[in-house]
Amino acid sequence: MGGIEQILTLDDVHVHYGAIWALKGINLTVGEGEIVSLIGANGAGKSTTLQAISGVVKSSAGKTTFRGEDITKVPAHNIVKKGIAQVPEGRRVFANLSVLENLEMGAYIRRDNKGIKQDMEMVLERFPRLKERISQVAGTLSGGEQQMLAIGRALMTRPKLMLLDEPSMGLAPLLVKEIFSIIQEINQEGTTILLVEQNARMALQISDRAYVLETGRIVLDGPAKELARQEDVKKAYLGG
Amino acid sequence: MLKKYFPSILACLALAVLFTIVQVGISGGLLSGYWITNIYLMGINIILASSLNLINGFTGEFSLGHAGFMAVGAFTGAIVTANLGLPFPLAIIAGMLAAAIAGVIVGLPTLRLRGDYLAIATLGFGEIVRVVLMNIDYVGGASGMMGIPEVVNWPIIFISVVLSLLLIRNFIGSSHGRACLAVRENDLAAQMMGVNITYYKVLAFVIGAALAGLAGVLYAHYYSIIQPKEFSFMLTFDVLVMVMVGGLGSLTGSVVGAVLLTTASAFLQAIPELRMVLYALLLIVSAVFRPQGLLGEKEITLRTFERWGGVLYAALNRKQTE
Repeated sequence: MGGIEQILTLDDVHVHYGAIWALKGINLTVGEGEIVSLIGANGAGKSTTLQAISGVVKSSAGKTTFRGEDITKVPAHNIVKKGIAQVPEGRRVFANLSVLENLEMGAYIRRDNKGIKQDMEMVLERFPRLKERISQVAGTLSGGEQQMLAIGRALMTRPKLMLLDEPSMGLAPLLVKEIFSIIQEINQEGTTILLVEQNARMALQISDRAYVLETGRIVLDGPAKELARQEDVKKAYLGG
Repeated sequence: MLKKYFPSILACLALAVLFTIVQVGISGGLLSGYWITNIYLMGINIILASSLNLINGFTGEFSLGHAGFMAVGAFTGAIVTANLGLPFPLAIIAGMLAAAIAGVIVGLPTLRLRGDYLAIATLGFGEIVRVVLMNIDYVGGASGMMGIPEVVNWPIIFISVVLSLLLIRNFIGSSHGRACLAVRENDLAAQMMGVNITYYKVLAFVIGAALAGLAGVLYAHYYSIIQPKEFSFMLTFDVLVMVMVGGLGSLTGSVVGAVLLTTASAFLQAIPELRMVLYALLLIVSAVFRPQGLLGEKEITLRTFERWGGVLYAALNRKQTE
């Protein structure tokens, strides 16, 4: 990957859920400024990989390095302080809190009031629909709006690396397009993206590189455009 | 300058008026002994309900161990004054501390559990406390402790209630409180925002337990006799009903619930066999018709006083300038 500095490295990461061996030695790298996606079928270990990075599940073996620092054993609530924000699967907004309170929660770890205010303006500018609904309770938003809120909330942590877990889930095609172009914009403004997607076609379109997972192992990796052309990938994940 | 503090002054004034009315009622002989007891009980119930609400309503952990924490506080406080002959303020400190320590011991392992499991575990804790106390001769076994100094009076109750409510209110309003709300809403997402969820679950639990301990100390030093059997699951259930009827997640609701149900229970004293039936009915009716409780998550805050105060202030000002 000459030239690009590696921001995240997973070195032989294993995860067990009790007797279930979910990740069987994942090796992957994400370079500064890249969009990298993980694609694969249900149960391949995509979400588990993200959760192992963010510390929500503990890896049983292997090493995770973020910006030169070993973060394998760092608890989840401290990972975000290192500069990794996760947009979880199913959005998981704080349903009974207002849009504003949700975004403020994103800035929970920060104490720089001026910067928080700036980022709040930036987020509301990017998502005008959230601005319209700023005092509305998050649970009453539509699925797409909730996804925007989840992304906005993650942006409020001012991350270096954003982990997105199935951002297109349950959204209408037009909204999926919108969300993906927002992801690209966020990336262009300097945030590195690691994306997990069922919608492999969309994911490969916006990604620089991709990894294909099957039952806890990486079976293929390479530049997204090349993967999208490969026959077996087409057959398995792009619907022929 | 004056305008800024006006709502606070108005709130203090309202409290002072409330305090004086009851004090005059008590020392002037206007209130019967029965109603004085019930007013004290109201204060103790407000502390119990608001502290249980901090755990169940604001942090979203369903605890049923409140009677147990209250018992720990009551018996510790009674030991300090009746058995050791130390002054009452020490009993308060010791009672709250002991309940808080019990909170840590119970909280650390059980707060990993969710929903029903936590309820069962804390319920078990409450029963263990009761049975253990019954079998310790030092605290009188099943017949309990007697001769606890009757030092609790209206000013002590009033100050305890106000300070407890202030403590909970300030905690909820701080970033710690926001963290607790986030844990309640979605603990996984809260964790991803950098909230140490175990810490906040245990913290809210311990503060709630300590305040239940305070209620226990007050209870012991008002009645002067305490028995382990009084701190059964029924007591927790009473408090839970107050919280649910008032509104899970509303501090004002807990106050309203405690006042309302203590009053109702005072009137129902004449038909004790029906009391729990009516209680249960009330819970069912409120769950069906107003599941969010009387106040939902609404609060009466300084801002309420600000609104009233603003009107009043403008009126006063107008008069002055005229």
